[in-house]
Amino acid sequence: MTSTMVARVERKRIAQLVSHGKRLDGRGPTDYRELQLEVGVIERAEGSARVRLGKSEVMVGIKIETGEPFSDVPNEGVLTVNAELVPLASPTFEPGPPNEDSIELARIVDRGIRESKAIDLPKLCVVPRKKVFVVFVDIYVLNHDGNLIDASAIASLAALINTKMFNYEVEEGEIKKKPGYTQLPIKNHPIAVTFAKIDGTLITDPWLEEEHVMDARLTMTTGKDGKICAIQKGGYGYFTVQQILEAAKIAKEKGEELRKLVVKG
Amino acid sequence: MSQKNPEKLIDKNGIRMDGRKLDEVRPPKIEVGVLGNADGSAYIEQGKNKILAAVYGPKELHPKHLAFPDRALLHCRYHMAPFSVEERKSPIPSRREIELSKVIREALEPSVFVEYYPRTSVDIFIEVLQADGGTRCAGITVASLALADAGIPMRDLVAACAAGKVEGKLVLDLTDTEDKAGEADLPIALMPNLNAITLLQMDGQLTPDEFEQAVNLALNGCKQVYALQKETLKTKYVTVKEEGEE
Repeated sequence: MTSTMVARVERKRIAQLVSHGKRLDGRGPTDYRELQLEVGVIERAEGSARVRLGKSEVMVGIKIETGEPFSDVPNEGVLTVNAELVPLASPTFEPGPPNEDSIELARIVDRGIRESKAIDLPKLCVVPRKKVFVVFVDIYVLNHDGNLIDASAIASLAALINTKMFNYEVEEGEIKKKPGYTQLPIKNHPIAVTFAKIDGTLITDPWLEEEHVMDARLTMTTGKDGKICAIQKGGYGYFTVQQILEAAKIAKEKGEELRKLVVKG
Repeated sequence: MSQKNPEKLIDKNGIRMDGRKLDEVRPPKIEVGVLGNADGSAYIEQGKNKILAAVYGPKELHPKHLAFPDRALLHCRYHMAPFSVEERKSPIPSRREIELSKVIREALEPSVFVEYYPRTSVDIFIEVLQADGGTRCAGITVASLALADAGIPMRDLVAACAAGKVEGKLVLDLTDTEDKAGEADLPIALMPNLNAITLLQMDGQLTPDEFEQAVNLALNGCKQVYALQKETLKTKYVTVKEEGEE
């Protein structure tokens, strides 16, 4: 937003490259930056992951607590996703309550996990209507170099797969811890693929320079069965039907590719 | 009918609880110029949805450092009245409302010639008085009319409609009940003359084939809504002209 004037010059250069199937950092239109993934990086969290997508860096910690279920789904655990655009991650991030960008980021990741039924929430019910497990997914952006959505979605999935819950038994409605841990029940592996539209051309995994000049943004999340489970358009531009259908195809292919990097074995 | 068999939303003839076919939109009732103070305003009733939209501007922006040197700043607030839903909703904007305000703004901005009004702001307020599924779409439809009513130069009207999947079937314009019980919801906003999709969201699960069909279904819905939007504006314009001639 601060760089509207710079963007004019920059935009022309990036758009010219993109129209020839090239990019400033040498990638092809649908290439992702290098993905580095570490899990179990925070011992105090039930699950955690740190993802580096190029220079973008996101950490996700999973905390599990007990709480009350929602009245419309009394037999299911609760999923809560929150995102913090931590001020140390970018000169444009400011401290304070979540703004619309961080709320949107969290809700896109939330939708992917929720709608693909990635977590087996019915298994997290302790006492129907009274007590269930609440899974807190906290996204912590550490360095912003574009495409925080995909980095956050990957880090969240990796952290959930990494999550271990203590064993327990229920005695008179109370939870009694037992020795040992089990994996959080995971049923699906949603992967978000984000596109930037620059002068009518779609590219995946936009980095910051490209995000500054893009017309519009589109995120499509697919599950491991290839079904689309969440979509979000962002930005002040628009898409044509052809572009959307093309994006759906690429999102499925790229999703499979990325899934292999995140879900080992 | 629905009382007897509440878990069935579509009967064997493909008729929905409110008597609609699968590919039918709830016919919207729209009015423009409904509020005294606003520069532009409109009201829509669609199913049990009752939504008001008002536009103020272009006007001077405070604080000034937020202004763009080359275009107007669009500001949008989507808000639900506490009494608009079954269980009272706190009037404090929820995370959902903040997200919707953002995507609605981004759905409307491509239609506005913002570059005509540098350093100003255009405020769009959408108040959902009663909600019955598809409020973001109806909100966009009505807000676009309020922008037109305010006389703000636009490339096209934005019309919105959702498609979705209910009981295994693709349907158009889901009600609240259908949305809650359904398997997928896909709201789309379109500038029909430019074939430009300005809002696209989805939750639920759709195969790529179903997705393509649902997109086309929703686009058809948008075009039906668009016809009504234009009709409403024309009706109003003609009445104003006649009054002027008398």
